[in-house]
Amino acid sequence: MASEKKGWLSALRRSYVWKSVFRHEYEDTARNRALQISSNVFLHLHPTKVRRHALRLRFTWCMGGVTFLLFLVLVVTGVILMFYYRPTGEYAYHDMKYLEFDVPFGMILRNMHRWTAHAMVITVWLHMFRVFMTGSYKPPRQFNWVVGVGLLVLTMLLSFTGYLLPWDQLSMWAVTVGTNMGSATPLAGHEGPFAELLGVDARSDVRALFTGGRLIGPATLLRFYVLHCVFIPIVASVLMIVHFWRVRKDGGISGPL
Amino acid sequence: MAPPSSPETPAPRGARRKRPWPDQVHAWPYLVRLEMLVATAVMALLTVWSIAVDAPLEEPANPTKTPNPSKAPWYFLGLQELLVYFDPWFAGVVLPGMIIVGLMVIPYLDVNPKGNGYYCFRDRRFAVSTFLFGFLGLWISAILVGTFARGPGWNLYAPGQYWDAHKVVAITSRDLPPLIGVSDPVAGMIVGAVVVFGFLFGIPWLFWRLRRDKSPGLRQLGAVRYAVTAFFFMSMLGVVVKIGLRLGFDVKYVLATPWLNL
Repeated sequence: MASEKKGWLSALRRSYVWKSVFRHEYEDTARNRALQISSNVFLHLHPTKVRRHALRLRFTWCMGGVTFLLFLVLVVTGVILMFYYRPTGEYAYHDMKYLEFDVPFGMILRNMHRWTAHAMVITVWLHMFRVFMTGSYKPPRQFNWVVGVGLLVLTMLLSFTGYLLPWDQLSMWAVTVGTNMGSATPLAGHEGPFAELLGVDARSDVRALFTGGRLIGPATLLRFYVLHCVFIPIVASVLMIVHFWRVRKDGGISGPL
Repeated sequence: MAPPSSPETPAPRGARRKRPWPDQVHAWPYLVRLEMLVATAVMALLTVWSIAVDAPLEEPANPTKTPNPSKAPWYFLGLQELLVYFDPWFAGVVLPGMIIVGLMVIPYLDVNPKGNGYYCFRDRRFAVSTFLFGFLGLWISAILVGTFARGPGWNLYAPGQYWDAHKVVAITSRDLPPLIGVSDPVAGMIVGAVVVFGFLFGIPWLFWRLRRDKSPGLRQLGAVRYAVTAFFFMSMLGVVVKIGLRLGFDVKYVLATPWLNL
């Protein structure tokens, strides 16, 4: 099994330290192909074997995987952006200019974060579209579709909360339009039907819970920042773990039975 | 306990080994290799896109200067577009909630065992056409209209047409009951309620009574699943009908009450 070749590379591969890291040989055998997946914590997301049709881009469009990749890109670019951005009324817009003109590669960083976020909304929709068209929500995958709808909503909320952070006219008024709908919530919004039953006003209704006041202001900026950078990503990550785990537990990627 | 084998429950782990798929290939290298190629292509695309196109940044946020039109982010423009036809409590809160819940219950309503794991229209005509209509015909279309055809005052403009901020569009719409000759407000409320609830619940109920005995599909669905399916389906259709009533007959509200309007 183990090659008895000479040379320092072979010697290294036979060494005690190397073998403590890589538990199996790389020789192209069925066993090593399986171990390559199952002994690697990241690749272990996959089953060791997949049905051939799962490889066809015409079947999956690769949209779930691309969505996950875009999420990872957003985490990386987002964390780097956090080093340069302060979510306060005084500094937020100033820091956007700082990113554009002063930070090395700041503009491309911001561009990549923004365009990737838009792309992720689209790929999530396309993923849902593909899953519906292939009937992949049918037994035994019913519940994973429900988790997926939750992730779809969270993706749009992530995008929406991030939309405010540049703190320019575009972001402020888009968020004003979006959150104004909240004030029309029946019972819980101050302009909604039956608001007088709960007695909520503009400072205490469900919209004010998210905006931190009557108007979109610095309080809103901070709330959206925390939701965008901490709360929603954590909830989405938990749902993603469930989503991916269930793809495996429900028999892998769907296909003709 | 005997392992259940009905399609309702996931197959137990051992079941896969007894009936192996004959067409399986190793994930390493075939799947991982493909994923790396796609990831590389996507990253290349993102990089080029980010170098070529700058993200927008307008003037600093100014609460005293309202742009006209003020647009929500593009993925919510479908809902903003519906504000033309519905009050905010419906277009902005209840309808999105119904879309989310409606999507979530799909697997529990669709009991058709065919079309699981492959593209197919013939085996699931109703499911596929309903989804296509909702996704492309309503959601995506409304986003396109909101993004490209709405200008100042949320009036309709052709793409590229001059945005005249002083354009005046007369609002001539009236509620449905006065339009059909019922001018008394209380009688109008009753007429409106009959129309709305008759549409949402009466038509599905009538359809169920007439077709249940003749349609094996309806019997397989069962009363509860049929009722939930019909409610969401008629609600979606109702959005279309309301848009048609407004555009075709200048109807403002079908049901107008002191508390809420539809």
